[in-house]
Amino acid sequence: MSAPPVLETEDLTIRFGGHVAVDRVSCKFYPGTLTSIVGPNGAGKTTYFNLISGQLPATSGTIRLFGEDITRLKAPARTHRGIGRAFQLTNLFPALSVLENVRLTVASRLRRGFDMFSMADRHRDVTERAMHYLERVALDKKADVAAAALPHGDQRKLEVALLLALEPEVFMFDEPTAGMSVDEVPVILDLIQEIRKQQDKTILLVEHKMDVVRSLSDRIIVLVNGRLVADGAPAEVIASPVVQEAYLGVAPAAAE
Amino acid sequence: MLDALLSGDYPRSRALSALLLLIFVSLAFAPFLFPGTVAYQTYSKICVFIVLVASYDILLGYTSIVSFAHTMFFGIGAYAVAIALRDVGTGWDAVLLGTGVGLVISLLAGLAMGLLSLRVRAIFFALVTLAVASGFLILTFKLYTFTGGDDGIRFSVPRELRPSFKLLESDLTGFDVIGFLTTGSLQDALFKVSVNGRVVMYYLLFVICTLLFLLMLRVMNSPFGRVCQAIRENEFRAEAIGYRTVYFRTVNVCLAACIASLAGSLMALATRYAHPETFLSFGVMVNILLMTVIGGMGTLYGAVVGASLFLLAETYLQNGLGWVHARVEGIPLLADVLTPERWLMWLGILFVLSIYFFPKGIVGQLRVWAQARRARRSAGGDGETAAAPTLGRR
Ligand SMILES: Nc1ncnc2c1ncn2[C@@H]1O[C@H](COP(=O)(O)OP(=O)(O)O)[C@@H](O)[C@H]1O
Ligand SMILES: [Mg+2]
Repeated sequence: MSAPPVLETEDLTIRFGGHVAVDRVSCKFYPGTLTSIVGPNGAGKTTYFNLISGQLPATSGTIRLFGEDITRLKAPARTHRGIGRAFQLTNLFPALSVLENVRLTVASRLRRGFDMFSMADRHRDVTERAMHYLERVALDKKADVAAAALPHGDQRKLEVALLLALEPEVFMFDEPTAGMSVDEVPVILDLIQEIRKQQDKTILLVEHKMDVVRSLSDRIIVLVNGRLVADGAPAEVIASPVVQEAYLGVAPAAAE
Repeated sequence: MLDALLSGDYPRSRALSALLLLIFVSLAFAPFLFPGTVAYQTYSKICVFIVLVASYDILLGYTSIVSFAHTMFFGIGAYAVAIALRDVGTGWDAVLLGTGVGLVISLLAGLAMGLLSLRVRAIFFALVTLAVASGFLILTFKLYTFTGGDDGIRFSVPRELRPSFKLLESDLTGFDVIGFLTTGSLQDALFKVSVNGRVVMYYLLFVICTLLFLLMLRVMNSPFGRVCQAIRENEFRAEAIGYRTVYFRTVNVCLAACIASLAGSLMALATRYAHPETFLSFGVMVNILLMTVIGGMGTLYGAVVGASLFLLAETYLQNGLGWVHARVEGIPLLADVLTPERWLMWLGILFVLSIYFFPKGIVGQLRVWAQARRARRSAGGDGETAAAPTLGRR
């Protein structure tokens, strides 16, 4: 971990009224590293993600990307600086086709959004790249289906395809396999593994399935009640008393 | 060629294609098919309202922006031209000046409105547009010396657009379709068309309206138009994938405002009269809304169908009922219900029926049917498509 961190949060805090959902979390994320964030439901994992990708404004603390303070930037600006996010609750453009969902994302990445006088369908490069990402999540056969008409598992895959299409530096997966049937999970896990093998990307993963976390992670951090309570190598963190008690103690129901 | 004109956005339903073609041909040859002043006013108005309703559709249907200030832009365009032609002169320079000033004012007002949508929620935004529009309406009534208040502004148009101007010395012959269909007499259906300034005015209006419609079709099928649809579908996610939605909304509001303004300028020029009732009233706003919904939101073609049917019903329902009434006279209940005096009730019934049978608007529904038919056909063909969804789920 000699390389400088890509992403860093310092005393990051958000308060909803009296409730502190993320409480002074300081953490550095390094390139070529997959960091899993675990913790019981309601621990603040999704909220922590929302703070990093800009969906929620921090109450206090700092977020830095490649050394630049991005705490006050809006979500679109952070996206263009390289933070990519897949959402826990599927969050697509329902009436638009699967292909159009991805094309929109590719066009955003290429900053074509304000092109008003050319025909969108004639942007061959956008379509080709979009199809490429659909192939990677095995959705290319369903390119013309409306996103809303996809079964749940496929919607999760499309969610991941949108993240890939952003070509980010920081990949944030929020329970990417939640609700997927057993035979669909490997597609997503293989993808995450592939990105990890690229060595230069930073991956943040929230996942409840402990076997997945164990096999994929380079590092695990544990959030409980918005606090960072453990941080280290997978085996070590999973074995630590704080995780056994705070997380795994209540987790089996969620893990199944 | 057609692909570029329609920006690859085809009607996608045979019935719709036929309907659009019928409307287009009727409008393209209108002066030669429909004689009389009422007809002239109606088909001119249809052209203008197709553009006006389409420009409202790119807000409401494509981007889910609810605004009640659309007539304000329509009125700005109309009054700018009216005032320029009243105060500056009656030449083309005054027409261009008025149109240009109207455009600039509409652009600035649209800009202010778009940036306002950065600050406030959708429902509040809608209320603010309502307040601004009523303020504008009241102001138009009050600033009597400038706007003519309740009297409106009557003005002269350039010489080439006046009825007294003759473009061709000899008259052409027209064919009265409706007359032919109702009387069946070929001889009586022929009528003289004097190619005067009114005809010139109509074709000016028709060409500009066609171009504006094709422009909107292009913009809504451009990458920009796709982002607008993404904002409608899921604004939160549009932001997350990197689109600063407020800028897109603002550009969209400005575009719609400018096109509505142009439509207003054209309409004023065609009627040589600007009045709050025809350009700014909430009655007009409600009509625009109805035409958008009846035609089918987010389709643009819905504006063509919606505006045409609505304005035809509005203008001719009374006459039509009179015609029907004459035929059912003596039949007790029917004769009482089918009287011209009850045209407003029948208009209401027509709207309710159209919303009931075409919840997605006429265009939306025709497309749904066409798609269902295509699906049935391909399912009958090989069974492949029908099986695909279940195959994916396994
Ligand atoms: N927008 C919000 N307003 C109020 N409370 C919120 C909001 N978002 C999250 N919370 C609260 O913050 C806590 C953390 O939620 P979340 O981050 O979703 O947990 P996790 O993803 O770890 O399951 C929960 O108690 C939740 O109710
Ligand atoms: Mg969560």
